[in-house]
Amino acid sequence: MWDYNDKVKDHFLNPRNVGEIENPDGVGDVGNLRCGDALKLYIKVDKSDGEERISDIKFQTFGCASAIAAASAMTEIAKGMTLDEVAQITNQDIVEYLGGLPAAKIHCSVMGAEALHAAIADYRGEEPQAPSADDNIICECFEITEKQIRDAVFRNNLTTAEQVTNYTKAGGACGQCIPEIERIIGEVLTEKAAMRCDIVPENERDARIRQVLAEEIAPELGVHGGGLQLVAIEGDKVIVVMQGACQMCANLQTTVNDFVEKKLREQVDENIVVEVGG
Amino acid sequence: MDRIVYLDNNATTAVAPEVFEEMQPYFSELYGNPSSLHSFGGNIAHKIEEARARLAALLGADEDEIIFTGCGTESDATAIHSALTTFPDKRHIVTSVVEHPAVLGLCEHLEGAGYQVTYLSIDEQGRLDLGELAEAVTDDTAIVSIMHANNESGVVFPLDDIAQIVKERGCLLHTDAVQSVGKLPLDMTDTPVDFLSLSGHKLHGPKGVGALFVRRGTAYAPLLLGGHQEDNRRAGTENVASIVGLGKAAQLAAQNMEQEQTRVRAMRDRLQEELLARCPDTIVNGADSPRLPNTLNISFGYIEGESITLMLDELGICVSTGSACSSGSLEVSHVIQRMKVPEMFAHGSIRISLSRYNTEQEIDYVIEQLPPIVARLRQMSPYGRE
Repeated sequence: MWDYNDKVKDHFLNPRNVGEIENPDGVGDVGNLRCGDALKLYIKVDKSDGEERISDIKFQTFGCASAIAAASAMTEIAKGMTLDEVAQITNQDIVEYLGGLPAAKIHCSVMGAEALHAAIADYRGEEPQAPSADDNIICECFEITEKQIRDAVFRNNLTTAEQVTNYTKAGGACGQCIPEIERIIGEVLTEKAAMRCDIVPENERDARIRQVLAEEIAPELGVHGGGLQLVAIEGDKVIVVMQGACQMCANLQTTVNDFVEKKLREQVDENIVVEVGG
Repeated sequence: MDRIVYLDNNATTAVAPEVFEEMQPYFSELYGNPSSLHSFGGNIAHKIEEARARLAALLGADEDEIIFTGCGTESDATAIHSALTTFPDKRHIVTSVVEHPAVLGLCEHLEGAGYQVTYLSIDEQGRLDLGELAEAVTDDTAIVSIMHANNESGVVFPLDDIAQIVKERGCLLHTDAVQSVGKLPLDMTDTPVDFLSLSGHKLHGPKGVGALFVRRGTAYAPLLLGGHQEDNRRAGTENVASIVGLGKAAQLAAQNMEQEQTRVRAMRDRLQEELLARCPDTIVNGADSPRLPNTLNISFGYIEGESITLMLDELGICVSTGSACSSGSLEVSHVIQRMKVPEMFAHGSIRISLSRYNTEQEIDYVIEQLPPIVARLRQMSPYGRE
């Protein structure tokens, strides 16, 4: 039995914006039957106020309760937005809008975001990108590419193959590709670590911020299955990304304000402001 | 939810009121240990023997051929382990691709431990190829373990024919009859299986109790050691209340066997016909095979089973689904896959399993409620359109 919250249930039982648009300006068609879920998205774009704005959006889906709910939520988020705003929508926005999804169902939100981006690409007449080395299929069962896995790992700070399965479905059937998924996770994490090293502590205060984050804050979050990573220090602004259980936590902002920021203020500098970046 | 229409009886069943009543004294009043010398405990052994006689009667077995266990899974494991232990030189097992995970999981584990396992295939109607069975059994085969009836499709394997083939080759035969005991007549005097597994909670008995039939004279090695219970064949203090419950459930099952074959079957058949008539692009899995009288495995094209199941759940109707999304495994059930149900239908498979406690009114309710759900989900689906 899945633990779907009331909002997910509501969007499953009363999905918004179901249907087809005649003469759509863009269509996004993702997933397939073999994978057990598919989503077809239709958009209408209005340019009358000088900006490209989604004026109508409808979907059809073949999928489970959370696939229906995620598609419904995605259309509600995107409706009325400019295309530039829509381009910024991630699967996490869909999960947040729904107040959380079971871990094994996160891939439904990923499908929602993919359909949206595919519909915009279709509207803009963008050709599907030429296959690159990143596009080779890793998970044969669900036809998931290396690029999709890399993106999911990078954007969501995934660290285990199980998390990758939850986000992309890759590895969820026969499991043969799990060693490959682990290789990709290792590579992405190495790349990320290299990026982090670029932030050379400029002064003693910044070095102290790193130390408190690493030695006092991260271990405490780890107790609850969460974690965080420093992205940048810009003056008094400390930008972090949350990891593990923290990402999906309803109390994320409280944790950031009342724990991370408070601790840094107490121990390093009372002017510090902590922000969650992507 | 005011009303529950329970149609998931292959998952578990309601404990019959008579069973519950008979179990109740064995918790707080008659809580003695049947192994005790004092009569307060020792007398309870008589009640266990009564349960054993009732279960033996249901199976056409003798009382000393019944061992009470903790569940169907334990019975399966005991039978297979026993064969491997008593014939240590034989390193081969024959089973089928559609066994319950209790057998499949054990066989996969044993493969890791160096045993060879042959998994017999099934056809699109869920049937075994008996020729394949005949070829699979060799001198190295320690045991053949084949279920009597499949929990998902309800397809019944021809146990007598299987037994004949296996026994002609001098091999041990175990059958997982968890789904068929109480639904189909069984008589161990006519059917030469060596081991048969069953579970209490599938026949209106309690959870946490099972039994293993072991034919008299069959070489046997216990799985659980360290106690003299069950005549040294299954160590561990007896789950008295549940054993009493299983005995009562077996007695009731024998009395209600005809009802399963007539009234329950008629309700299932009516449900099947009405759903096929009201929902186009729908197929019944295993329809051309002998099936359990209570089971309907049905696939609705273009839609997905978890959605169907959860929409029914909102109406208090309990069924289960073999769809990928229901389990977290992301894969369609192995039974549906092996029956080669077309992809457009496979994800929309649900299992409806009745019991003698269901009523015609409940079946009417499902006939009324399910087709609109199918239609609504199809309206949402990108598939099945012109």
